[in-house]
Amino acid sequence: MSEYSPDVVRKLEEKANQMRQDIVVMVGAAQSGHPGGSLSAADIVAALYFNVMRYDVKNPKWADRDRFVLSKGHASPVLYAALAEAGFFPRAEIITFRNINSHLQGHPDMKKLAGVEFTTGSLGQGLSGAGGMAIAGKLDKKDYRVFCMIGDGESEEGQIWEAAMSAAHYKLDNLTAITDWNGLQIDGPNAEIMNVNPLPDKWRAFGWNVIEIDGHDFTQILDALSPESRVEGKPTMIIAKTVKGKGVSFMENACDWHGKAPSEEQVKTALAELCA
Amino acid sequence: MAEKIATRDAYGETLAELGKENPNIVVLDADLSKSTKTNVFQKAFPDRHFNFGIAEANMISNAAGMATCGKIPFASTFAVFASGRTWDQIRASVCYPELNVKIVATHGGITVGEDGATHQANEDIAIMRVLPNITVIVPADGIETAKAVRAIADYKGPVYMRLGRSGVPVIFDADYDFQIGKAVVMREGTDVSIFACGLMTAQALEAAETLTAEGISAEVVNVATIKPLDVETIIMSARKTGCAVSAEEHSIIGGLGGAIAETLIDGCPVHMERVGVPDTFTESGNPKALLDKYGMTAADIATAARLSIQFKQECI
Ligand SMILES: Cc1ncc(C[n+]2csc(CCOP(=O)(O)OP(=O)(O)O)c2C)c(N)n1
Ligand SMILES: [Mg+2]
Repeated sequence: MSEYSPDVVRKLEEKANQMRQDIVVMVGAAQSGHPGGSLSAADIVAALYFNVMRYDVKNPKWADRDRFVLSKGHASPVLYAALAEAGFFPRAEIITFRNINSHLQGHPDMKKLAGVEFTTGSLGQGLSGAGGMAIAGKLDKKDYRVFCMIGDGESEEGQIWEAAMSAAHYKLDNLTAITDWNGLQIDGPNAEIMNVNPLPDKWRAFGWNVIEIDGHDFTQILDALSPESRVEGKPTMIIAKTVKGKGVSFMENACDWHGKAPSEEQVKTALAELCA
Repeated sequence: MAEKIATRDAYGETLAELGKENPNIVVLDADLSKSTKTNVFQKAFPDRHFNFGIAEANMISNAAGMATCGKIPFASTFAVFASGRTWDQIRASVCYPELNVKIVATHGGITVGEDGATHQANEDIAIMRVLPNITVIVPADGIETAKAVRAIADYKGPVYMRLGRSGVPVIFDADYDFQIGKAVVMREGTDVSIFACGLMTAQALEAAETLTAEGISAEVVNVATIKPLDVETIIMSARKTGCAVSAEEHSIIGGLGGAIAETLIDGCPVHMERVGVPDTFTESGNPKALLDKYGMTAADIATAARLSIQFKQECI
């Protein structure tokens, strides 16, 4: 495992914490949205946007940029929080989330918001889109990386495994996917609704380079996302064990908070916890 | 007897030519490249041809991802799979973000023939044209196909193009100027307007000949672009003739006939008869036997034209 300076880790912790606050504020303001899977993904998305990825806020379509596809599009608040923090749009606008005329659609819309690389919301499609970007990168002999986050429930979609096959077939070592392995989906635990396990074995069997990590440990996250963790000729799958609702005690591991908005009182409690 | 070319053959040839001219063109297929004729492109440009295996949904979303990086993906498989198996991918990954993906579906309609109902796409135009941002094109012959393939490569945005399996008579001259969104009056007439697309345009022209012998003057309009529809040409023709017939190798629900009916009801309500596949699943058989059985011959178009004229006269 690599050593990261305490400054690097502290900065990411601060970014992730700010993003978690923004997620709670956004979903609270909209009285609608998906806090659970946004909070579970916050540390990984923070590491991507504030340490790993190469991009230019002033030139969002820069051809050589790294790309991040949030295939589990319902977690749009975590993406919007990162894009606001990175400066793609003013943070003040997060309270327009899900409102009429807002560019912050319920699910990410690449036409409405700069920085969104792929329109998602219908689960199962984003990984294929990321595969297409990785193929284009190879054709153009560019060295950009493509990142894609999928859900564990989303992994029940057949198209995920079609994409698993084609990314391995076309040797897309410029593609790194992350499974937000929080163990929960809408109707209950994955294990009860439709067992997706053993996930690591499945991805290995599909020909991917598989890395298992704690998705809330920045050292492990940074190690897994670093270019050195890749294997030539194989796409990489980081299976990140996470806690749904992470950081807000009453939302943690609670299936109910998948797609429910906190009341004004609950927003206050959540922010107090995050700011403590 | 006019020369016959299958529109899918014209597609494969044109794609290979385009490959030379534009390095951004990439081609995707789903284990049917020999049938869709994308194998012609593959032979010339193996590095830009991607077979996704029997996984159509993944193929379409990959095409969308490539399009975000400036590629011009042409994705092909049979029409029934290209539209139905992938509808949500086309909706969410292609049309909604308005990405530059060309879905070129071969084996549209009942003239697929012997493979039977599972392979006969009689609903694809309906389920594609309902999607916002998409352009839907059904060329009538090999020449129109070649021109249309070039036109959609130059056009930026989602396209669904529907081609056929069997050879169809060549009805256009080599210097024909195809334009997306432009219907073409193939033959002027004053008594009835016949709006047709795909292989039914040739049949409509034949029907017009039959009608001439009876003293009926039929106008035949080739409506290759079903979306966006050439409203002006259609309304002008219907105003002149006062009644209409649609003819297509597709369900009479929701396809060209549906689109024309919507247009006429808005702009020039006249009587209209629809020739096409009735609301039923079709079956195995040779293309000619199928067109006969399901009422889609030149004679059926002529009958529909007479009926439409009769309605018009009764209403006067
Ligand atoms: C194709 C499709 N089916 C159903 C849904 C509705 N839906 C939204 S989120 C979700 C559960 C997702 O679970 P998971 O992937 O585990 O997400 P996470 O736990 O990270 O929030 C479902 C079923 C959808 N958006 N897309
Ligand atoms: Mg989950």
